[in-house]
Amino acid sequence: MKNRLKVLRAERDWTQAQLASELEVSRQTVNAIEKGKFDPSLPLAFKAARLFGMSIEDIFEDDAGT
Amino acid sequence: MNDSNTGSGDFAARNRKNTLRLGYWTGAWLITMAVAVFGPLLVWQNNVLTGAAILVNVAVGVGMIVANKHHLEGLDELQKKIHLDAMALALGVGLVFGLGYSTMDVTNFITADAEISHLVMLIGVTYGLAVFIGHRKYQ
Repeated sequence: MKNRLKVLRAERDWTQAQLASELEVSRQTVNAIEKGKFDPSLPLAFKAARLFGMSIEDIFEDDAGT
Repeated sequence: MNDSNTGSGDFAARNRKNTLRLGYWTGAWLITMAVAVFGPLLVWQNNVLTGAAILVNVAVGVGMIVANKHHLEGLDELQKKIHLDAMALALGVGLVFGLGYSTMDVTNFITADAEISHLVMLIGVTYGLAVFIGHRKYQ
């Protein structure tokens, strides 16, 4: 699953550690999600969406979709 | 966002606390295990003391199990996945190779007795390696 987490984080000048802090996960988890190695659960995706003030679809994109 | 680390600061601190607690319980369990095993051999020859030492060891072991449960519950979803994958592999390896090892003993394919400690070591090493590889995989 593709996502815009890295871009959104960079726009706000946040580090991975700061984003991890807000999402209450480890920095490794943020890194793995950004690199597309790990797909977050729905609750974590909602949390990220709330944090950035966007919808889940604006952040995460299903590879099979479009 | 400020730098106060409101969320993950708590997460990291909680994680560290749970890991430390698990470490203390594991250390205590190992010490009580050593006392229960070596006490009757080196210090006392008394069944009541031996039984008490074993009871203490089992009780501390229960504490270690609870601490491990809390540790796992405190992990985030990726960390839980890494540990779950590692546990699945350790269980499979332990079952397959453990029973194979036992069969070799029962059928006298090997002359030495199959020791449970070998199985415990195999499971431990497999679990540790699998966790290490899992962390590398998601780096």
